[in-house]
Amino acid sequence: MSDALDIALRLLAVFAVFLVFPLVIGQTEHKVMAHMQGRLGPMYAGGFHGWAQLVADGVKFAQKEDIVPAGADRRIFQLAPAVALLPYLLVLVAIPIGPHNAVGQDLDAGIFFVLAVMGVGVLGSLMAGWASANKFSLLGGLRTAAQLLAYELPMLLAAASVAMAAGTLSLTGIVEAFHWWWLPWQIVGGVVFFTAGLAELQRPPFDMPVADSEIIFGAYTEYTGLRFALFLLAEYAGIVVLCALTSVLFLGGWHGPFGAAGLGWLWTLLKTVILAFGVIWLRVTYPRLREDQLQKLAWTVLIPLALAQIALTGVIKVVISS
Amino acid sequence: MSFPGSGLAKGLAVTLRTMTKRSVTAQYPDVQPDLPPRSRGVIGLFEENCTVCMLCARECPDWCIYIDSHKETVPPAAPGGRERSRNVLDRFAIDFALCMYCGICIEVCPFDALFWSPEFEYAETDIRELTHERDKLREWMWTVPEPPALDPKAEEPKEIAAARKAADKLAAQQAAEAEAEAPAQDAEAPAQDRDRERPETPGEGT
Repeated sequence: MSDALDIALRLLAVFAVFLVFPLVIGQTEHKVMAHMQGRLGPMYAGGFHGWAQLVADGVKFAQKEDIVPAGADRRIFQLAPAVALLPYLLVLVAIPIGPHNAVGQDLDAGIFFVLAVMGVGVLGSLMAGWASANKFSLLGGLRTAAQLLAYELPMLLAAASVAMAAGTLSLTGIVEAFHWWWLPWQIVGGVVFFTAGLAELQRPPFDMPVADSEIIFGAYTEYTGLRFALFLLAEYAGIVVLCALTSVLFLGGWHGPFGAAGLGWLWTLLKTVILAFGVIWLRVTYPRLREDQLQKLAWTVLIPLALAQIALTGVIKVVISS
Repeated sequence: MSFPGSGLAKGLAVTLRTMTKRSVTAQYPDVQPDLPPRSRGVIGLFEENCTVCMLCARECPDWCIYIDSHKETVPPAAPGGRERSRNVLDRFAIDFALCMYCGICIEVCPFDALFWSPEFEYAETDIRELTHERDKLREWMWTVPEPPALDPKAEEPKEIAAARKAADKLAAQQAAEAEAEAPAQDAEAPAQDRDRERPETPGEGT
């Protein structure tokens, strides 16, 4: 009985995080982006500095008509937003936020599970692009596919480097094996992982698949109302997952320079929030890459860097253990 | 000297620096804008000054000023004089739907009957409401700010200079008359009369 309660509580906590954090990040993006551009951002919704803007947006989306184009592949079209969003919920289950089993479900092959399921999220965009029966959507979907192919590789290689260093595939195990000197040791891998993750989420400056000046809104062109909102939510849930994952893999998760053992989750949270701010900051600062620049960055910069990181990890690992 | 990626870092620095500065957004409906002097909001009519000379209506590039008037004969000011005819304003309207706020009417008015007012919140839901009739134009006059102060050491405005000149002249003339009368009055009038009259004369013109 207590087992069932324990599981229910854990799932509830994960679900709460899944519902709240993306909204918090979305609101932060509104405000940070506005101030970085010398604006104020939303000021009215909710009264105090527009804190309820995303709630208002959600209400608006829910009121809109749910349109499925006549030529669309109906069921795939309707299924796509769920396919885009749900994988991030599943990934959140496996991400540890503190020591002593503070994780939805500790998996032995955690890193493997997490990366595999994150890849599924991109399938949602692909399905949407194909099922919309719209050439812009199709172009967007194909760009998504190309981007997934190009950036999944450096991401996996960078994650493999950490797994090698820790000698385990378990996310909890990786954080437990973390020492402060991993930070300089794995820094290149961390940057590659974070960049590739951004590209996989199709965040600016890697948002070629939704480049609105060229292909309307890519795979999401035909979507309205709640289904469109789900795609947007997937993007922000993706930011949460990517930032949490980067902090767990490369920044030591709940390890901090000081602080009691009970406050480990606060360190994880702090690192995640700082990384999320970085995601927003990058979006505001850089213009969108061109499609060929995007591919070139992945194949000629990120993959060689990730391979070099793996070589470095291997060499140092051998030196330490001998 | 630049190392690879310095441009990227510079971009990040720019956005971060902007975030720490106060944003420039004007929260207009909540906070009224701080308008510069001589803002062109709406045109006010000081109809007491209007002589229906029609210069404004004729110079208006948009032809958005409508003036109706009739003539009235005024009885002679003095007995035996001639009757005078005078223009009386019946209608003065500016169609702000047509007006392009060039200000030519105000520039051209020889009698200072038109003025800029900084009031700008007179949007209407019906375009016909934008034709402001004379009573509304007269109301705008209350919102006309006093002209900005002259620069220090600026030349005196022409009308004040002219008025001062006329006043000085009058004062000098009256002083001369008083001077001329004084010896004649000395003989007959008692001294106390003279004392009462004296202080008034210099004060009149200034």
